[in-house]
Amino acid sequence: MAQARAAVVGVGTTAYGRLPEYDAYDLGMWALTEALKDAGLGFADLDGIIVNRIPDYQRFCEIAGIDPSFVTITPGHGRFAAICIEMALQAVLSGRCRTVALVYGNNGRSAGAAYGGESDSYGSGGGAIWWPYGMTSPGAFHAMMMRSHMAQYGTKPEHLAELAMTFRDHAGLNPQAVMRKPFTLDDYMNARMIAEPLRLLDYCLINDGGVALIITTAEHARDCARPPVHIRGAALQTVFANSMFPPEDYWHGAVASVTGRSFREAGLGRDDMQALMIYDNFTPTVMFSLEGAGYCGRGESGPFVAEGHLRLGRRYPTNTSGGHLSESYMQGWALNVEAVRQLRGDCGDRQVSDAANVHYIAAAPVCSSIVYSRDPS
Amino acid sequence: MTAPPSESAPSSHAPSPHAKPRPRMSPDSKPFWDGCRRHELLLPTCEDCGRAHLPPGPVCPFCFSDRLAWKKASGRGRISTFVVVHKEWFPAFKPDLPYNVVQVELEEGPRLTANLVGHGGRKPVIGEAVRIVFDTIDDTLTMPRFEPA
Ligand SMILES: [Zn+2]
Repeated sequence: MAQARAAVVGVGTTAYGRLPEYDAYDLGMWALTEALKDAGLGFADLDGIIVNRIPDYQRFCEIAGIDPSFVTITPGHGRFAAICIEMALQAVLSGRCRTVALVYGNNGRSAGAAYGGESDSYGSGGGAIWWPYGMTSPGAFHAMMMRSHMAQYGTKPEHLAELAMTFRDHAGLNPQAVMRKPFTLDDYMNARMIAEPLRLLDYCLINDGGVALIITTAEHARDCARPPVHIRGAALQTVFANSMFPPEDYWHGAVASVTGRSFREAGLGRDDMQALMIYDNFTPTVMFSLEGAGYCGRGESGPFVAEGHLRLGRRYPTNTSGGHLSESYMQGWALNVEAVRQLRGDCGDRQVSDAANVHYIAAAPVCSSIVYSRDPS
Repeated sequence: MTAPPSESAPSSHAPSPHAKPRPRMSPDSKPFWDGCRRHELLLPTCEDCGRAHLPPGPVCPFCFSDRLAWKKASGRGRISTFVVVHKEWFPAFKPDLPYNVVQVELEEGPRLTANLVGHGGRKPVIGEAVRIVFDTIDDTLTMPRFEPA
């Protein structure tokens, strides 16, 4: 197997919640400052910057007082966390950059961000024909997928409840999480319907917050303040054709493809993973990711989750921070930070013992898989 | 044909916050909407591979041929999935809450998003056979919906 050539050397996060006194630039700066401090680096050490969700890259760099040789800005879609990480990898592996900062700032809660109605951009222009029928929002799209999965495989609301309760229980061990109070199956079932069969507790939490990661080469990583976390494998797969309709395979093919490619690159497999970080905009996305990545059989995610395998102390502790459902919807970014923190042993009460490898998965119109490891090979 | 959900015709074509959103028509999709006004379901169909597709586009998404013709479809299909919306995303839909949105796999293959009507308010069923009905909104817009076959 190949020696990992790139690593995460710094991570930074802000508080999450309602932070009306901060805009997206402030939140990004806060996170970047923390990440640089964590890495033992200064602003002048950055020669690449990738900005996500923050409105303007020029203004951001001006505030930071930096003139990197590479800069870009990417849309505030959750699928872009992995795309940005892949870009940073390519930049440092090709030698174009030495140290790249990835900066995410989101003031969606204070700004009143909505993911349905007139501001909905989900579904590849589908609004042109969906809206007249009242079809809007990524949640309703995922509800359609879940309804179909329920009919095809017998997946039940109780299975989704166990998933949401698991992440909430994990959040209870994470001081940074926004929602930490446990809830019961009754609480789940009695929560209001949003897009049936999805209820309130199937949805992620829109909040304000910022996240930053610093990526450099394995060689330079040795000079940083904290032990590097190696990126051993990463892969992306788009699923755009016909994307106005829920994919009939629940993104199974694409998630299987990215998992396989990233595992081959890493020289690792499912058995080597001690924890999973799975993009959880809605509970069904986690179900589809588990199946696509092969942690359970096709159509078997409901019973698999109900058996408790995703809980801390069990075989595949998943979203140990509470994830988007209970920590905060930081669009994949905070889950990648949680992977790093687990591998450094920084997670306190929610630490996975002997964490050596963590798998990040996102199922979406751009599917992604990243393998993080404590050891370079 | 069963009465569609209540929908008052707007007095002008200008968008209003109180009106339901209207389909955005493009040169590619105009023949589809023109067909609906004549109560005909037309599908862009490839003259090379023979397959129909939705949404309408400039080329066949299966073989990339641009030899497309609009062919009349049967209007019959089965519900492939659906959602029941409880949240008020658009103010104009508030009186309809909760309302269904179905995706119907047409006999000719493509899927069409619409509402199920004339079903007595029960939930749609995946696999349920349905047929198209045309709901005249005003002089310029007729929207296809489905009812149990
Ligand atoms: Zn064709």
